[in-house]
Amino acid sequence: MRLDIEGVTVEVAGARLVDDIQLTVGSGAFVGLVGPNGSGKSTLLRCVYRALRPSGGVVRLDGDDVHAMAPQATARVLAALPQESSAEFDFTVAEVVAMGRLPHRDRTAASDREICTAAMDRTGVAHLADRGFLALSGGEKQRVLIARALAQQPRVLVLDEPTNHLDIAHQLDVLSLVRGSGLTVLAALHDLNLAAAHCDVLYVIAEGRVVASGPPHDVLQPALLADVFGVRAHPVRHPETGATQLLFDLLPAK
Amino acid sequence: MPSLVLGLGILLLVSLVCGVGLGAAGIGWGDVLRLLWAGVTGGTIDARDVAAYAIVWEIRLPRVVLGAVVGAGLAAVGVAVQAMVRNALADPFVLGISSGAAVGANAVILLGAFAGLGVWALSLSAFGSALAATALVYAVARSAHGLTPLRLILTGTALAYGFEAVTTVMVFGAARGEAARSAMMWLLGSLGGGTWAQVPLAAVTVAAGWVWLRWRAEALNALAMGDETSAALGVQPARLRRELFVVTAAVTGTVVAVSGAIGFVGLMVPHVVRMLVGADHRRVLAVAPLAGAVLLVWADLLSRLLLAPAELPVGVITAVVGVPAFLLLMRRGGYAFGGR
Repeated sequence: MRLDIEGVTVEVAGARLVDDIQLTVGSGAFVGLVGPNGSGKSTLLRCVYRALRPSGGVVRLDGDDVHAMAPQATARVLAALPQESSAEFDFTVAEVVAMGRLPHRDRTAASDREICTAAMDRTGVAHLADRGFLALSGGEKQRVLIARALAQQPRVLVLDEPTNHLDIAHQLDVLSLVRGSGLTVLAALHDLNLAAAHCDVLYVIAEGRVVASGPPHDVLQPALLADVFGVRAHPVRHPETGATQLLFDLLPAK
Repeated sequence: MPSLVLGLGILLLVSLVCGVGLGAAGIGWGDVLRLLWAGVTGGTIDARDVAAYAIVWEIRLPRVVLGAVVGAGLAAVGVAVQAMVRNALADPFVLGISSGAAVGANAVILLGAFAGLGVWALSLSAFGSALAATALVYAVARSAHGLTPLRLILTGTALAYGFEAVTTVMVFGAARGEAARSAMMWLLGSLGGGTWAQVPLAAVTVAAGWVWLRWRAEALNALAMGDETSAALGVQPARLRRELFVVTAAVTGTVVAVSGAIGFVGLMVPHVVRMLVGADHRRVLAVAPLAGAVLLVWADLLSRLLLAPAELPVGVITAVVGVPAFLLLMRRGGYAFGGR
């Protein structure tokens, strides 16, 4: 399923957090959203998974305006991992995953259980099913939340910094899980090297606008990175995968 | 799970019968059961049983049934409020509803307001002022982002202090000592004034609220995970919170109008039930109202037996019985909330 963001603008109290953004995620593609803190990445994603209604523009799934659909209809084709993951009550892992079935109709307890078990198997958390979600490690929590998203049986997955607070092994693990799902993915990512290694297309956002887009090695140029992130970057080739990787230091003082 | 619900249902029935069977006027168990049966089936009774029949059917039974309804309502609303404001410390009274109701009730008890309404003055005034308080909390707490949990809690708590100040002024200003005592009784909660006339409205409101909450149980699960998550699952958090607010206000207002502010049930029963069946609202909402009903029937029974013929405020009993039970369960371990 194809995701189109057409001229989306978000204004809050007179400030433009997102300014006329055009973005396309082709069916089955993995598109990364990078940009400094406060550039509007999360705000844009919130418009996609309907936590926020944009002040202008439309978000389309295969041409249909997301905000004109019934909320549950959107949730049947689009799943999201927001940044928050703080439950007040201690749900078990199985219960958290089962929440993914909520938007679906015509479901039975048996079919739900089957789908949730399959989702937990895919992310390797089946053995945690009866554990409390609050007691899990960061990496385990993220795997559980991905299982919940898979249990939603979506065709599009929206991720807001899914690798936050994870150690390097878990960062790679989470992104390859997502990559392997075969879904259309739009993910905000902090780590430019992770983004370069995993995404088909990158959009660079600064101050609510798209300032560059394209394949990672075209986009992540030293001049742009100096401009947007305020760092000096040295692109190098990964000796095994050939992907562009970046080494950073501070810009020399002017 | 179904066996727990069934067990609690049977326990509730037994508790209701015990509540009717035990009391200051020593009526034998055989007589109690016979009179109950006669009332249910429309049988005849002896002329010498008329007094006992009146005690069983007109004094004890409505009070016991009302206790079950109020307990169920407080427990259900406790679950709803904790999910609505996403805070394990919330109870039905955190939104200022009970303090608002107390203002109306005490205006009747102490100042003789609405005397024209006769026996209905107390309930109607309490319910009316509960709704007014609710509307005020809603209006103040509302913001561009809808009803956010923290704003709701802070607004409710702040306004509750204001309402309590008004009540206190009325109690201090009251000339009659006995009136102040009954105002106190009302603040702590009591089922002493229970009559059949109060049962239908309270029962229907509590039942309707319970059914609605149970129907939305999965959405409550999503809401408990956070507003962003629930939006991603197709549940609009702002809208659900508005609906919850209305249901909570209606049930709490109705319950408080007939029984005053009975504490502890709405705070602790949801937690105790979560310790037993987990956090999933589908199970919690199936069990909590039954548990709340059983707890309150017994608490009320003890409140009128322990110092008979004097009555303790039922809130004292719920605390004395409930607090140790709760601490014991919590110490047993394995129960986490609010990020441990």
